[in-house]
Order: sequence, then structure tokens, then C-alpha cells
Amino acid sequence: MTTSVLAAPPKGQGQGRGRTKLSHDEILRYSRHLILPEVGPQGQQRLKDARVVLIGAGGLGSPAALYLAAAGVGTIGLVDFDVVEESNLQRQVIHGTGTLGQSKLDSASARIRDLNPHVHVERFETRLTSENALEILADFDVVADGTDNFPTRYLVNDACVLLGKPNAYGSIFRFEGQASVFYAKEGPCYRCLFREPPPPGLVPSCAEGGVLGVLPGIVGSIQALEVVKLILGVGETLVGRLVLFDALQLSFRELALRKDPGCPVCGNAPTITELIDYEAFCGIEAAPTYDGAEVSAPDVAREIREGAGVVLLDVREPQEWDICHIEGAMLLPLGTLPATLGALDDRAKIVTYCHKGVRSLKALEILKSAGVSNVRSLRGGIDAWSRAIDPSVPRY
Amino acid sequence: MAVTLTLPTVLANLAEGNKTLEAEGHTLGDAIDNVSGRYPQLASRLRDEDGTPYPFVTFYLNDQDIRLNGGFDVELHEGDEITIVPAIAGG
Ligand SMILES: [Zn+2]
Repeated sequence: MTTSVLAAPPKGQGQGRGRTKLSHDEILRYSRHLILPEVGPQGQQRLKDARVVLIGAGGLGSPAALYLAAAGVGTIGLVDFDVVEESNLQRQVIHGTGTLGQSKLDSASARIRDLNPHVHVERFETRLTSENALEILADFDVVADGTDNFPTRYLVNDACVLLGKPNAYGSIFRFEGQASVFYAKEGPCYRCLFREPPPPGLVPSCAEGGVLGVLPGIVGSIQALEVVKLILGVGETLVGRLVLFDALQLSFRELALRKDPGCPVCGNAPTITELIDYEAFCGIEAAPTYDGAEVSAPDVAREIREGAGVVLLDVREPQEWDICHIEGAMLLPLGTLPATLGALDDRAKIVTYCHKGVRSLKALEILKSAGVSNVRSLRGGIDAWSRAIDPSVPRY
Repeated sequence: MAVTLTLPTVLANLAEGNKTLEAEGHTLGDAIDNVSGRYPQLASRLRDEDGTPYPFVTFYLNDQDIRLNGGFDVELHEGDEITIVPAIAGG
């Protein structure tokens, strides 16, 4: 049996059991909750008193915010600094075609207001950083982590451990999701599961690797569910359990999580006692610089026009090649590269390219270490090519 | 011992798309060597050059985190199920 993460409501002073401050409108709106013995008027009042902050108003944050607002969580904090883009709408259901180009906070706030005017939205139009995280999160009862990058995930985890807050965690990639509640007061934290992040570039982001649009609907809803249970103090939360969801198999697996006594932030002798530099921790600053190894789209176009013998090497996946590719290029997906190097003439002037210019730099490294000297990477990838050179190439 | 390894999609792509692999070995480390031999691209994603586990890939033996039960030296039994859970960060 769990207890609510909210402080117990004040007793006495004529505030008898069962008395709430819900208006008639609210009683009607929440009637399906009120008749559940596990919620009832007191539970609904708890939801109204609760303060929940969502880190990210994207794929996971969208369903989480919608369901938490509908459920009557009184205050929802939103931390995001992005703008609504067309490619978000395949999964970020809180936004719409009518809010394209708006900030995600404007778009999400308007949708929440329409869904439930009793909800107060607190807006943090900023990137969550080591400088502001403790201040932002300190005022909330529960945190829901729906960010899209490792530095912010470790930042949210460490801030929650330091502040003693529960973190309803969800993460997705392609067809698979993970969910848990990291609550160091009662169980393990994210670092107990993954002590350190993978090096940059090893695990592709959803922007690079893709994600099925329905998947965040399921995982983000699990996060909202866990938030509600933490507030109500009912049922068994995911503290100490990791749920793995596979959309293609439609299977849920549950694994036991244990607190790692050696955990650097929640273990017996923590070495992390304040927030650190998470970009550096995730190896992002340590990434090598590529001075002179990159070439701009206009320069490549000019070299091709001048007949300089440029060989364009597309290192994306075949399905990306099918969306669009640069005329005359050759497809050698990054994953095949060490093995397919033999197909390349080592005297060719090679320019590698990918979607946005990240994977092509990895390809460049592989080619250089295989002894190919004349190789550069297209800065900004085919996306930059579409914008600067050939608008008939669709952007994605 | 014959055991089963379950891979997430992100790693299954390095094992010809197989989400479950049969493996042989007395210890978990042996079983990983066994599948690494068959799928060389998978090898470097399961353990580092020294053969030790990465901090961002967690192995479960029948639903228990192996780090608390001997790591890659944990002994296997016929029919054991190993689940590989990599850190993902999409949102
Ligand atoms: Zn921990």
C-alpha cells in the first residue's frame, strides 16, 4: 500500500473528513472519479491540490499533460522551449495544425485551458539546466520526465534525488518504450539502472532513428497514470519496477529494479551531491572538433558543377534514401561501412552526407581510420542541401 | 547450457533482425561471447573491448539484474532467459 506523495491534509479546525472545496462545476466534471471509492471527493481534492511538472511538451508530455489536466491536477508546470513543427504532429497530440509555429508552451497551455479551465498552468519557457533545475522542480510534488536527450534525463534524475521528489519516467525509441517511477526515498533511481549514458551518437535520437506515433501515447499515458497514483496514494506504483513495452509484439515485460548501494547519487556514499555539467558528463563537449572536415552545401554543389570528381556517399538507411537522396549519390549505410569500404576508390574526393550532418561525421571517422584521406562531411546533411541547393528534395 | 537472449529492436538490427537468440555457455560472459561470434556487429554493443559490461546496457537473468548476482560471471542454467535493456532517451 502506498501513501500519497502530498503532505497529509490539515486536520481539525472544523475541516471534517470528506469536506472539500470543489465547486458544483467541478463535482459534475469529475463525477466518474468521485464515485470511485479509491478517489472520492478527498482524492479529487488531492489531485486539485497537487503540483506536477512535465519536463518536455513533446511526444510523451502531450498525452501526459492532456490526461493530467483532464483528471483535474490543479497545477501543471511545463518546461519546454521548442516551437511546434509539422514533423511533431505525427505523435505530439497536444499540438495541432492550427498552432504550427507557436511555442509549444503557448500551444499546450491553450489546449489545456480548453480541456479543463480549472487547471492552472505554470510556464517555464527555458531549457532545463543545472542552474535552474532545483529552483523549478522544488515547487512541485511530482516530476514527469519526457525529455528527448540523455543530458536532461540525468539532470532530472539527479535533481529529483537531491530534492527527494518522485520522477514518473518514460522513454521511447522506434517501437519500444520504458517506464518506471524513480523515487530515491523509496527505491532506485535512474542511475541505479544506467549509471552512465552511452557515448554521443551510439544510440540514435528519435529524430534520427524514428518513432512510431502511437507509442508515446501509451508510454506517456503510463507516466500520467503513475503520477495520479502517486498523488492519490492508491495501488502499486512502478517504484522498483521497470516496464518494457514492445509495440510490435504488443507485449509488456516487467523487471525488478534494485537500489544500487554504489549509486553515485542515491547510494550509500554518494559522490554527486550537487548538480554537475550534464553535457560534459554525456561526452558532448568531449566530442572531437571537425575543423576543415566539413564542407557546406553550396561548396559541394560548386565542386560538382566544376567537375571536380566528387563522390557523394549517402550513409543513411535505405528507407531514408527512398524518401529523398541527392542525384548521383551512392548509398552505403553507416552500419555497413567498415565492411563495404572496399567498394570505394581511395583516390576519390568523397563527401559523406546524412540527414542533418551527424552520422556523416561518424562515417568520416570510419573512412579516415580505414586510410581514406580525401573525405569530408556535408555540413547540415541533405536537409541543408534541400534548403540551400535543391528545394525539390523534400525535407523530413 | 542452452539459454535465450532477448534483444531490443535497436540491437536486433545488428543480429539480422532477430529479437531472440539461442546461445550456449556456462556463464553469461560465455553466452555473450557465443552470440558475439555469430554476430560481430553486436559484439561491441554488448560489452567493451575488455569484455566488461557497459554502464548503459543492463542485463537481466530471469528478471534479476546481473550486476547484483556476479555480473558476467553468473552461472547459467538450461532454459535461462537473458534480457538486454539498453538506455534509450527518446521522448
Ligand atoms: Zn540511484
